[in-house]
Amino acid sequence: MSAAAPVAPERVLVLACGALINELQAIVGRHALDHVDVECLPAKLHNRPALIAGAVRDRIARLRDGGRSYQRILLGYADCGTAGALDDLCAEFSARASQGDAPEITRVPGAHCYEFFATAHRFAELSEAEPATFYLTDYLARHFELLVWKGLGIADHPELAEMYFGNYRRVVLLTQTPHGDERARIETCARAGAERLGLPLDIVETGYGELETAVTEIGVPNPNAMPIQLDAPRRSHEDQVPA
Amino acid sequence: MADAAAVETDDVDEEIELSALDDDDLVAQMHDDLYDGLGPEIVEGTELLLGRGWGADKVLNEALVEAMRIVGIDFRDGILFVPEVLLAANAMKAGMEILRPLLAETGAEPMGKIVIGTVKGDIHDIGKNLVGMMLEGAGFEVVDLGINTDVDEFLEALDAHRPDILGMSALLTTTMPYMKVVIDTLIEQGLREDYLVIVGGAPLNQEFGEAVGADAYCRDAAVAAETATDLIRARRAAA
Repeated sequence: MSAAAPVAPERVLVLACGALINELQAIVGRHALDHVDVECLPAKLHNRPALIAGAVRDRIARLRDGGRSYQRILLGYADCGTAGALDDLCAEFSARASQGDAPEITRVPGAHCYEFFATAHRFAELSEAEPATFYLTDYLARHFELLVWKGLGIADHPELAEMYFGNYRRVVLLTQTPHGDERARIETCARAGAERLGLPLDIVETGYGELETAVTEIGVPNPNAMPIQLDAPRRSHEDQVPA
Repeated sequence: MADAAAVETDDVDEEIELSALDDDDLVAQMHDDLYDGLGPEIVEGTELLLGRGWGADKVLNEALVEAMRIVGIDFRDGILFVPEVLLAANAMKAGMEILRPLLAETGAEPMGKIVIGTVKGDIHDIGKNLVGMMLEGAGFEVVDLGINTDVDEFLEALDAHRPDILGMSALLTTTMPYMKVVIDTLIEQGLREDYLVIVGGAPLNQEFGEAVGADAYCRDAAVAAETATDLIRARRAAA
């Protein structure tokens, strides 16, 4: 009598904003979630939220057409300014999933990455303490010049800075990096960004917050999943750096 | 040196002499210039049309508001994004500054009066300011309460200004429920039927507008101006 072959866990996909690639890789590594694939969409969609849901839909179709189908997908997005479009997409796929012709899709809770990094309760406290707060994550601090200064058109039209930031009173860096040289580098970037905006900087260490919770939850193997053929883990880096 | 000079010459855009254009071409050019956020050109075009005997309201509607309406459509369709819309709004503002005193001189009855504000806890006013500009362009007297406006401030402004419409804006999912606080307070105080209420902001949608009890949800600034006009006309027709 031969021993039964080990059943490989169902592969699941995290399809996320490119601004989260470092954090997602860290979470997947920390929890040894080798059956979790990570794909990212361009981080510059942060400034174009109306395009996010369509980009998600297109990438899922592209993956499926390339032979990569999943039963469960976690969107590495909060609402992110989509005005409910990602929730509508999740609801649509869930309805189809019950018929067996689409993956079950969920997203990270919250209004935006600031909230899920800080966690809802803590973010509410921060917002209540000072509603006029402009938030940065590690990624946004690193890419402040590209995503904020150039991305919002201020580099070419400095007069827009007042229109965007005239009501803000402080910048808060929600950092995912606890210590070390990288933390120092991120703080330097955030400080330079805050100075450009003429605002004081506060720093709040958050870790990965509810993003980590969501990834580890979807990483729990589904006992009802059909075994699928495994190949090499896939983690896409193509969209990590904003274009 | 000769090559450099040739390149430099090639790079210079052909200048359009606005004063050489007839009225139709000038208005069309102003639509392009406003779309491109060219404030000085909008000022020049506005002054040219006024100099040719156009009324301020005609310049406003045919040159500026129409151009901004096109900007609004392209923003909605994902062709333009916030920076471009802001530049266009700045250009419109430059033209409005010339027209505003002329419009006041005419003594024309405004389309209606509206009090607008960003709700409590929210400091985002880009969308609200665009709405204010488009409403002004549509002939409304606009009372702008600014940002972080609580229910008492809204009620005081309604009492002081007696507008036809209350407009509320929010950018955050955490602050948009405050619109219901304001509307519920109007209901509690028996004031709801005295005012039309419109709401808007990036995270809102039609269902939310209905859920909080607004008369209309407006998805962008151009729609807000059209909706406000339609609501006023409907109310007056029903009176």
